[in-house]
Amino acid sequence: MTVRARVIPCLDVANGRVVKGVNFVDLKDAGDPVEQARAYDAAGADELCFLDITASHEGRDTILDVVRRTASVCFMPLTVGGGVRTADDARALLLAGADKVAVNSAAVARPEVVSDIAERFGSQCCVASVDARRSGDRWEVFTHGGRRATGIDAVAHALRLAELGAGELLVTSMDRDGTRDGYDLALIRAIADRTSVPVVASGGVGNLAHLVAGVTEGHASAVLAASIFHFGEATIAGAHEALAAAGVPVRAPIA
Amino acid sequence: MTLALVDIESGNLRSVENALRAAGAADVTVTADPDIIARAERIVLPGVGAFGACAANLRAVDGLEQALAERVLRGGAPFLGICVGMQLMAETGEEMGTHHGLAWIRGRVARLTPSDPTAKVPHMGWNDVTPLAPHPLLAAGEAYFLHSYAFTGEHILAQTDHAGPVAAAIGRDNLLGVQFHPEKSQRYGLALLEQFLVWRP
Repeated sequence: MTVRARVIPCLDVANGRVVKGVNFVDLKDAGDPVEQARAYDAAGADELCFLDITASHEGRDTILDVVRRTASVCFMPLTVGGGVRTADDARALLLAGADKVAVNSAAVARPEVVSDIAERFGSQCCVASVDARRSGDRWEVFTHGGRRATGIDAVAHALRLAELGAGELLVTSMDRDGTRDGYDLALIRAIADRTSVPVVASGGVGNLAHLVAGVTEGHASAVLAASIFHFGEATIAGAHEALAAAGVPVRAPIA
Repeated sequence: MTLALVDIESGNLRSVENALRAAGAADVTVTADPDIIARAERIVLPGVGAFGACAANLRAVDGLEQALAERVLRGGAPFLGICVGMQLMAETGEEMGTHHGLAWIRGRVARLTPSDPTAKVPHMGWNDVTPLAPHPLLAAGEAYFLHSYAFTGEHILAQTDHAGPVAAAIGRDNLLGVQFHPEKSQRYGLALLEQFLVWRP
């Protein structure tokens, strides 16, 4: 076989606590990101993503502690995003145990932060995260959780970040995020078909068919979702089964 | 006796240490001290990032390369290289210029250039480890890969497939290098590390 399509649950973390978390049974503390990570590790998730949405600057060190504790018990790839402004921010997360660091707003303000990170730590750990909204027949980069328009063409921006050294592109449709209507497949495909680096589809998953479409129609290498896993509507195993049924290569089920 | 986890300031150092402990290693010393490495029972060399930077970090410590060669090549200590730590076993690496490796295995490390344009670089994600011959540490299974450069040369022990064969593991005698990340490969990776801890080549 070839490299497997990845299923990536994403946890929103604020001040060291999970905001939108999974209702796994038997968790002593469902708000503890480390417990959530362990549950996803046991469930066979291909990677895990923490998005730090801590508002205050003072609260930012808590994510480092969360990453450190997660990495000591979970032996799966971990991407951490949210609030990464400089290569030193990335370094702190990598040393704490993150495998990849996602940079978003900072790369809108200054795309070269991507090359700063890639040159110091390698492209393999540098994820460029792009939030986009449709605007006529194109897409525009938005920041601040989709509230602030930038006027920047999202496809061109994503491709530029890949050229600057990003090893992966995490593409989120802010039109679809939270709607459960499925990924913006045209957006995902417009980027995936024009770059040599893997693209992660994000924003809008409401069912397993949406994950499958992200790969088969969006041409994504990985599919990210939050609520369908967190609310127990779908399992990682179910996602792998749906992808496999559509002919997409996935990991073997856990014995 | 101790397991020396060689500190060349690799980003995955802590993850490898955690995984070794989870696999049962009681006595792990994170070190770049040639005197400790010269006495280590087992040696693990992790690496992520660019080949040249990792090689430069290794050579920045006076006597480290010599101590590694002495303990591993002449002393026979079991050695495990991970990702760029595996690539450093080659003669040369061609990432951002040509750099000298440890030259323990004949071969070179060059950029992945898959013939199929839909095969992405970096090669990122879970993929097969297919041993080419039985090896006590290498089971057929799925492991996590994350790399843009790959080894070509002698002593390839296992392959994976990314629009063509790619070296997944190399080695001979008491040397093993894995392109994938056992510290991130859940049960498959921990099982490999458990085997490494009791390996008597």
